[in-house]
Amino acid sequence: MAQLWHSLTGPWRALPVRQRKILTWAFWIFLLLIFPFVDKMFKWGIVNDVTDVLVLVILALGLNIVVGYAGLLDLGYAAFFAIGAYTTGILTWPGHPLQWNFWIVIWGAVIAAAFFGIIIGTPTLRLRGDYLAIVTLAFGEIVPVVIRNLGDLSIGIGPWHLLTNFNLTNGVQGLNPVGRPSLFGFRFSFDPTPWYYLILLIAGLIIVASARLQNSRLGRAWMALREDETAAACMGVDPVRTKLSAFAIGASFSGFSGAFYAAKLQAIFPELFKFNLSVMILCMVILGGMGNIKGVVIGGMLLQLFDRVILTQTTVLARYVGQTLHIAPLERIDLSLWRWFFFGLAMVVIMVLRPEGLFPSAARRAELHATEEETPQTAESE
Amino acid sequence: MALLEARKISKQFGGLTAVREFDLDIEKGTIASLIGPNGAGKTTFFNMVSGFYKPTSGRMLLDGKEIGGLRPSHATALGLGRTFQNIRLFSNMTALENVLVGMNCRLKSAWYGALLRMPSVVHEEAKARERGRELLAYVGLGAKGEVLAKNLAYGLQRRLEIARALATNPKLMLLDEPTAGMNPQETVDAMALIKRVRDELGITILLIEHDMKVVMSISEYITVLDYGAKIAEGTPEQVRADPKVIEAYLGKGVSAGIRRAKQKVAAETESEENGTA
Repeated sequence: MAQLWHSLTGPWRALPVRQRKILTWAFWIFLLLIFPFVDKMFKWGIVNDVTDVLVLVILALGLNIVVGYAGLLDLGYAAFFAIGAYTTGILTWPGHPLQWNFWIVIWGAVIAAAFFGIIIGTPTLRLRGDYLAIVTLAFGEIVPVVIRNLGDLSIGIGPWHLLTNFNLTNGVQGLNPVGRPSLFGFRFSFDPTPWYYLILLIAGLIIVASARLQNSRLGRAWMALREDETAAACMGVDPVRTKLSAFAIGASFSGFSGAFYAAKLQAIFPELFKFNLSVMILCMVILGGMGNIKGVVIGGMLLQLFDRVILTQTTVLARYVGQTLHIAPLERIDLSLWRWFFFGLAMVVIMVLRPEGLFPSAARRAELHATEEETPQTAESE
Repeated sequence: MALLEARKISKQFGGLTAVREFDLDIEKGTIASLIGPNGAGKTTFFNMVSGFYKPTSGRMLLDGKEIGGLRPSHATALGLGRTFQNIRLFSNMTALENVLVGMNCRLKSAWYGALLRMPSVVHEEAKARERGRELLAYVGLGAKGEVLAKNLAYGLQRRLEIARALATNPKLMLLDEPTAGMNPQETVDAMALIKRVRDELGITILLIEHDMKVVMSISEYITVLDYGAKIAEGTPEQVRADPKVIEAYLGKGVSAGIRRAKQKVAAETESEENGTA
């Protein structure tokens, strides 16, 4: 059997590493591109869900910069997502006079998120680990509360009023509708397929951006800070600027995807950006492997697959088993209510058995197979 | 003018004076050592030079520029490289990446340049990697560029620390116990490397070391600290003969005691020889 496999894959392994890499990439990109047609053919109707998953993967990639590269544990990452989404909402909601063009608004969302990234980063520069986690956790709690209460904003000192009962965020009802983008005369609306392609393109851009940052001077400085702040400072890495840039760039990725998420949903509410979301994204990053793009993407998708497909299907199965065997508790079970239990369990198992994540980074894999992979070094030098 | 000039440097931690009115001149191109018993203030002084502690008083000049109280990253930019007593590599990064981090302050590329892959950034990155490989080869780690730092053997980790410090392009390199924990062969190799760094690259070296064999054979100038104050300085021969130094290391009256002990041993062996005869 092993021999058969060996002879079947022979021609594949005979190819140079670079060509193999390109072919693998081409294969995956092709699959992703034809996915909506396959979906239509088999009447799955899951393009919209897959697009949502892609948004979460983009978020996970942004958080990966803060947590994975720079080693700053951020438990309030959804706050930046909210800031991006609400910046978009506020600037395009018909209730406000502005209604800017979406393609300009995105950059406003990016800048707003980066700005708040620096705001939360500055006072926490001296904090590490647990303490930083607590501060970011609080920030993540504050933002949705503030958004909920900005539906009735008054600014003024004494008799002098700048704003009275100004409705910025429309409170609990949220902003609805949020302006939808159009591109070259094509309007993105309720059909999920154009959204799928748009978000896919953005996910691709974010992956390229992450990879480029990782292998840059700044990326190495982030990792050096994560490994040993003292030694990094002695090697000329300025901890203040480097940490702030991690917060700002990580937040801007989040703001960027927040803008698209808002436009896609066409309505945003404070409830969308609760602590759960931050935890979910963090789980996605940890499951696949911190600091490793491929791991975060695949790990994130696996987690979502588990959450959206496996849990519901297992529920159906368990109920069926319960009905045939007449086991009362099984007949009414709803496993999706247990999702956080399973996430928590998965995190504990990962941390105990495989702390580097399911898909450890190339450097670590190379370390395990040092003898086999000595030669293709030149091809990987980029 | 000396490369490093420390003038009346003091450092107090609360009521404790770790370093007291310490003067030090390191001439360009020398290998100098700072020795003293445990707790004498050697590492405190290193931490002041490299910017971790701000001196309570006094001035410190590197190549004529004030570095006392500068942040570590600024001190590095001005030409100060260092290694650590307990190895502090970036353990989950490869050897080459470690060296590239050392070059951080000599590279100019900004994040947007890296995002857009601007030609200048690509060029700079390629050159940095080439230089990084050269440095690794220089310290004898040529084949280990892609190995994670934590998986290197102990002696090689020490070498990588030196390569990383060299990557910052220093004028003065501070080595905090560079041969600590090494076996005799590794110690000999490390000393040869330190000599080469000075002879071939012209980098001035100041080291802290406990191994007296290393100190005496490698240093051209030795300064002795005890209880935060300088008690002696000079060439290895001068320092070795200084009764104050012997006293600091072995205790009061020891130099006299040693003489007496020697006489006693000589007398005993003599009497034993007489006995057997």
